[in-house]
Amino acid sequence: MTTTDADLVPFLLRRPGASFPPPEYAGFRDRPGLVKAALPSGGTVWLVTRHEEVRAVLTDPRISSNPTHEGFPRPSRTVGAPSADDVPGWFVSLDPPDHNKYRKALIPEFTVRRIRSLRPAVEEIVDRTIDQMLVKGNTADLVEDFSLSVPSLVISSLLGVPKIDRDFFEEKTKVLVTLTSTDEERDKASEHLLRYINRLIAIKAKRPGDDLISKLVQGEILTQQEVSGISMLLLIAGHETTANNISLGVVTLLQEKQWIDDERTVEELLRYHSVADVVALRVAIEDVEIGGQLVRKGEGIVPLVAGANHDPSMFERPHQFDPARSATGHVAFGYGVHQCLGQNLVRLEMDVAYHKLFQRIPTLEVAVPLEELQFKYDGVLFGLHALPVRW
Amino acid sequence: MAQISVDTGKCIGSAQCVLAAPEVFDQDDDGFVTVLDASPSGEAAASARTAQGICPAQAISVQG
Repeated sequence: MTTTDADLVPFLLRRPGASFPPPEYAGFRDRPGLVKAALPSGGTVWLVTRHEEVRAVLTDPRISSNPTHEGFPRPSRTVGAPSADDVPGWFVSLDPPDHNKYRKALIPEFTVRRIRSLRPAVEEIVDRTIDQMLVKGNTADLVEDFSLSVPSLVISSLLGVPKIDRDFFEEKTKVLVTLTSTDEERDKASEHLLRYINRLIAIKAKRPGDDLISKLVQGEILTQQEVSGISMLLLIAGHETTANNISLGVVTLLQEKQWIDDERTVEELLRYHSVADVVALRVAIEDVEIGGQLVRKGEGIVPLVAGANHDPSMFERPHQFDPARSATGHVAFGYGVHQCLGQNLVRLEMDVAYHKLFQRIPTLEVAVPLEELQFKYDGVLFGLHALPVRW
Repeated sequence: MAQISVDTGKCIGSAQCVLAAPEVFDQDDDGFVTVLDASPSGEAAASARTAQGICPAQAISVQG
């Protein structure tokens, strides 16, 4: 199949007024082969929208996550994905076997047992965040006052940030992930955080505690620089993604209150919203055929997570929010060796957030008409810029 | 009855098998998969097949 410029679609197809995932995805799935999209930075990328093929891309050793390979997609004009050469420990940008030692060093901290043991700590954080929101009156921006705070406080607790420093830590991470921050503000926040984390690593190397940084530093597999890169990666990866999931889930559950206490709700929300739709960037390092399409070495590939999660051949009536279905098999956290390390922590945070929020503020409602909500049509992650609520 | 085998060399510790079939799979101290019941039957075998389907590292094989 040959592709001409006339066949190119824009990379991010979201737009105000249209549903998410973009309605175009259904058409892409029905077409033979893959779809070629134009990146805002120039260049093109193959879009993959069918569930089976998204999983095939994410498990194929001929397809790489390493941005140092020629042809790796650069979604924006200025920002490219960092490589492990730029930031030691940035393991999401490494392929096996280089990737393995980092994942191996971290997985004991993310086992099901370990994450379950964090429930009381997450409950305390969520309660405290709700307390602070309630003190301010009877209105709030849920994104700012709740959804962004919870993951920040959870990750700081996990990394072993002392309680006394958590306000500082939360303030800086919020600047990093808030879209309205200027580049200058973001650079400064990132510099402050990195300096803080490096100091924390030095302290924990001498006086280790029962936290992730202490364990990684004691482990002797990783250098302090790598521990610092990993800490920043965990901080960024687990932050806005979780926040968007929490906020969008609150909007959905306010309309579908019968599902608030159902244990299947979180899984269906993850599938339904698929906030990290365009996050997994890849490049072919050999010629490879995907869904009948020849992708040549050096061509970029973006497996669209929301496309896969709304593929009707995998999930019946995919555009319907229905926790009674089995959402098992969704790829909201990716697939293959890079599948989100923190996924079980995210599930815990979402579960606790909804339970506590609706239990403690039963009169919670969105304070503006739903059509006025500010969605992130232009962000890498889908979500809400703000969520005005009242009670 | 099903026969379970796992390739621990492929395992990335995502623990999706433990969530899907807790009676069949567990994680060791390093976070890697261990098999609690290598020949499950009935519902446990069905859950094990689900685990095979969702394992991101394709490290689980269920025969029969």
